[in-house]
Amino acid sequence: MIRLDCPHCGPRDQTEFNYGGDGRIERPGDDASLTAWNDFVYTRDNPRGPHVELWQHTAGCRQWIKVARDTLTHEIIAVGTMGDDIEAKIADPDRGGVEA
Amino acid sequence: MSKPCPINDHRLPTGGLIDRQRQKSFVFDGRRYCGYEGDTLASALLANGVHLAGRSFKYHRPRGIFSDGPEEPNALVEMRIGARREPNTRATMVELYDGLIANSQNRFPALSFDLQAVNQWLSPGLVAGFYYKTFMWPKKGWMFYEHIIRHAAGLGTATLEPDPDLYEKVHAHCDVLVIGGGPAGIAAALAAGRAGARVMLCDERPDLGGTLRYEEREIDGKPALDWAGGHLAELAGMPDVTVLRRTTAFGTYDGNTVGLVERVSDHLPTPAPFQVRQRMWTVRAKKIVLATGAIERPLVFPNNDKPGVMLASAVRSYIRQYGVKPGERAVLFATNDDAYRTALALNEAGAGVTVVDPRGEHGTAWPERVRDAGIEVLTGHVITSLKGRLRVKEVLAMESDGRGHKGSPRPIAADLVAVSGGWAPTLHLATHAGAKATWDEERGSFVPDMTKCRADMTVVGSANGTNTLSGAIEEGFATGAAAAKAVGKSAPDPISVEVDDPAEAPVRSLWKVEPAQGQPSKSFVDLQNDATAKDIEIANREGYISVEHMKRYTTLGMATDQGKTANVNGLALLAEARGQSIPDVGTTTFRPPYTPVTLGAMVGRHTAKHYKPIRRTPMHDWHTDAGAVFVEAGLWLRPQYYPRPGEDVHAAMRREVKMTRNGVGLCDVSTLGKIDIQGPDAAEFLNRTYSNGFKTLAVGKARYGLMLREDGIVYDDGTTSRLGENHYLMTTTTGHAVEVMGLLEYYAQVLWPELDVQLTSVTDHWAAIAVAGPKSRTVLADAIAGIDFSNQGLPFMGVADGTLDGVPARVFRISFSGDLAYEIQVPADHGHQAWKALMAAGEAHDICPYGMEALNIMRIEKGFVTHAEIDGRTTPGDLGLDKMASRKKSYIGRFLLEREALKDPDRPTLIGLRPVDGKATIRAGSILVRDPVTAGPDDMEGHVTSQCYSPTFGEPIALALLKNGPNRIGETIWATFPLYNVSVQCEITPTVRFDPDGSKVKGETTDA
Repeated sequence: MIRLDCPHCGPRDQTEFNYGGDGRIERPGDDASLTAWNDFVYTRDNPRGPHVELWQHTAGCRQWIKVARDTLTHEIIAVGTMGDDIEAKIADPDRGGVEA
Repeated sequence: MSKPCPINDHRLPTGGLIDRQRQKSFVFDGRRYCGYEGDTLASALLANGVHLAGRSFKYHRPRGIFSDGPEEPNALVEMRIGARREPNTRATMVELYDGLIANSQNRFPALSFDLQAVNQWLSPGLVAGFYYKTFMWPKKGWMFYEHIIRHAAGLGTATLEPDPDLYEKVHAHCDVLVIGGGPAGIAAALAAGRAGARVMLCDERPDLGGTLRYEEREIDGKPALDWAGGHLAELAGMPDVTVLRRTTAFGTYDGNTVGLVERVSDHLPTPAPFQVRQRMWTVRAKKIVLATGAIERPLVFPNNDKPGVMLASAVRSYIRQYGVKPGERAVLFATNDDAYRTALALNEAGAGVTVVDPRGEHGTAWPERVRDAGIEVLTGHVITSLKGRLRVKEVLAMESDGRGHKGSPRPIAADLVAVSGGWAPTLHLATHAGAKATWDEERGSFVPDMTKCRADMTVVGSANGTNTLSGAIEEGFATGAAAAKAVGKSAPDPISVEVDDPAEAPVRSLWKVEPAQGQPSKSFVDLQNDATAKDIEIANREGYISVEHMKRYTTLGMATDQGKTANVNGLALLAEARGQSIPDVGTTTFRPPYTPVTLGAMVGRHTAKHYKPIRRTPMHDWHTDAGAVFVEAGLWLRPQYYPRPGEDVHAAMRREVKMTRNGVGLCDVSTLGKIDIQGPDAAEFLNRTYSNGFKTLAVGKARYGLMLREDGIVYDDGTTSRLGENHYLMTTTTGHAVEVMGLLEYYAQVLWPELDVQLTSVTDHWAAIAVAGPKSRTVLADAIAGIDFSNQGLPFMGVADGTLDGVPARVFRISFSGDLAYEIQVPADHGHQAWKALMAAGEAHDICPYGMEALNIMRIEKGFVTHAEIDGRTTPGDLGLDKMASRKKSYIGRFLLEREALKDPDRPTLIGLRPVDGKATIRAGSILVRDPVTAGPDDMEGHVTSQCYSPTFGEPIALALLKNGPNRIGETIWATFPLYNVSVQCEITPTVRFDPDGSKVKGETTDA
């Protein structure tokens, strides 16, 4: 039972959210290569450790959020809105208040 | 005063925590016995002299009651009969109730005479890996052997009847969850409770106290149980403390979540009316204190599995807690001082005792204390074998110095052998969260290493390797106080306890006693799985040197007890065989659940009609009153057809099609997904979302839209209407309504945050009614005010607002039937009213409600696609919708749709089919081949997606995907269905059979 601290609603149980996959992937432009598009649709890293991912608070505010989660321990390292710089939050040693 | 129980001849005259005034009668293996309130099934059986409780899994050897707790490997019984029959229930955990019925397992025909016990004489061949090695030949043989093996190797059978009991789930939050109600757990709960924290304390037993319930100890000069009782009473009076009895914490999960199962009424013959049988708790705790105690380790020596062999602590427990004398003449075989308490307990109970201790004289007061009581202590001795068939009769003890046996075996008559090899802390719930069990050589025990534990958990008491009572209480209290402080409470006043903890010598690790010359050699490590010391040697010899591989090869540590009494000995023996230390070998991973959890508790109330919610449309009651037969569409219930007297499904749906095609019909389409889209960038948003263009859609117009996935495959379809300059209403298929909404939110929030667009799901806000058929215009013109229904006033794909029976109604001139048709949307609360108004308006035209069957027939006649065709593999081109994939704009799915393979003209493409004979049904799912007789898997050219009997054309028709299909119109192909061995020769037709030129749907040929 992971708990995510939704930046809009506060801490909520994982059952309120839908998982949305790797949050670092950018959609290529129309002029991108076939390889870039192939990677976008089909290729995913499978990291052991911190992973930035997208979740949607489907049973709450319906907002998509960014979550940095450790895939090994399920520790929630940081959460942020789509506009937040999640990498900066991960790097912030005083990120505090984020509960696993 | 009731009479004393009959038989019951192994009950001590006084003592125990049982209520001798309250007799309980029960039946085991068809024989009636009596016990008392406070007994377990195991203690009541022992009181009646019944040790033999089951047959072993593989060798069918007789096995006796071995423990007094959750670790029990042997005494697994089938509890109850009929619908409540439950296999593999530990007799040691079953509270006795009046009328209890239990049966032993894994024996035929009888427990004392089991035919399959022949396995033990065949046993030299039945070693580790036996099944894998033997029954793999011939290659296909396993299919045959497995059936017999499964029958022979069963452990009880579950009932086949529905579970008559209720279960429920509870979610709870607390500051401090204390797991285990022994001395350490009580002290922890007390400290946290006194500090004012919200505390939950749970224990799997019916009464708290743990070992204090049977250890003859004093705390502060009073019996230890009085100390516990006083504090439990104090806890009961605290408003923020919840004490859960009969409640097992079975798993630790992410986010400091612990799963508990409370056995609310398993101790009763049946639950009271409306009372649940079990309750599943999901507890989210800020702090967890693990006070789960320790499980005694048995010793591995030849024939150590005979009935009458029992853990030393269990012997004490049966004597002191239940007033039972488990044997008349006992031998205690122990490697530690703690077990000497059992010798004293047996002596007090009037049983003869001999102590066999492999240690030499070791300097503590214990051997002297025991000898002072007149008990013989054989130090430097081991048990080399046991004799007796259904019960131990004789013990053979030999002098042993750790390297070898000396002299000749000394026979000791005994009917009970109490064993103790030390203790194994119960760390399951900590390891679930990532803690490791590390070997502490000094203590001869595993201890918790919490550095990698993901839970905010502290282990106290004997679970933490703390083996003195005063230490456990102090540790528990300090931990409870610290937990309360951490959640913002002020620490309680410290307590001090005065406990006499006599010094104990270190445990000597004795992992295995070698058999004496010429004596039997079978020494069991895992009693439940019949895994022996030799099996571990074989596993190691054959290369299964990883502890995880050894577990799977020998099955040690598997099944219902998960090796609670076997794991440590198994690891140590593997380490010995590998010539390494225990830490080098490591441990297997404990996973939830700690002990078995019933499926009922996991399911809770979510059974039968509560399995999932039901969605009903606003007109549901009307359909019910009209006698509709319903069909499930996702969570929705939709009318399938409306039978008239004497009609079956076929007759009803054909009539509904004919009445609609010839006159007018109406259909409840409220289940379609509806998404309200607003904002200055709504048009751009839709244009990027759909594969076809939406920028040119005028206000007051609807357009069919196709949505692709990023890989170019069709995802969903529907019509979207422009209601205002910046206002659109999208419809989706019923099945994808929820997913499409989430996807559009993803586009708007993640992909294109620069677009100013707002999305709202309005599926439940609007009731929707399709009105179809040549007379639909006439009916609507009568029923709806404020709209010009002429072909010019409301042309095909037009949208207009009007009033229906005084209710605002939005009318879309769209058609899923292929006929002249409209869709009416009214606010959901007015759906029933609107439906009735339309029925009234159409009465003169013989208006007919139609269901999903008729809807499906009409769309197949018209060649429209549904999820049968949009199956996650088809491109727009495959569906004949190539023109819907724009070449002029960027949209989701465009790039990868251009891939060469998706443009292959040989891809299966949508076509129509009719049977050449005009009669044969073309089954959906049929494979299309040129020759059904010779065709192999490589000859498949496509498959049938949808089929029906078309009342309009008087013959079966189908839609299918066929290689190069559109260029083969007029040719024939075979639709073959190998499962039923039927093949139908079909003519390939265009997809659109009904109104191919669109004149009807566009209103050019109707009576406008």
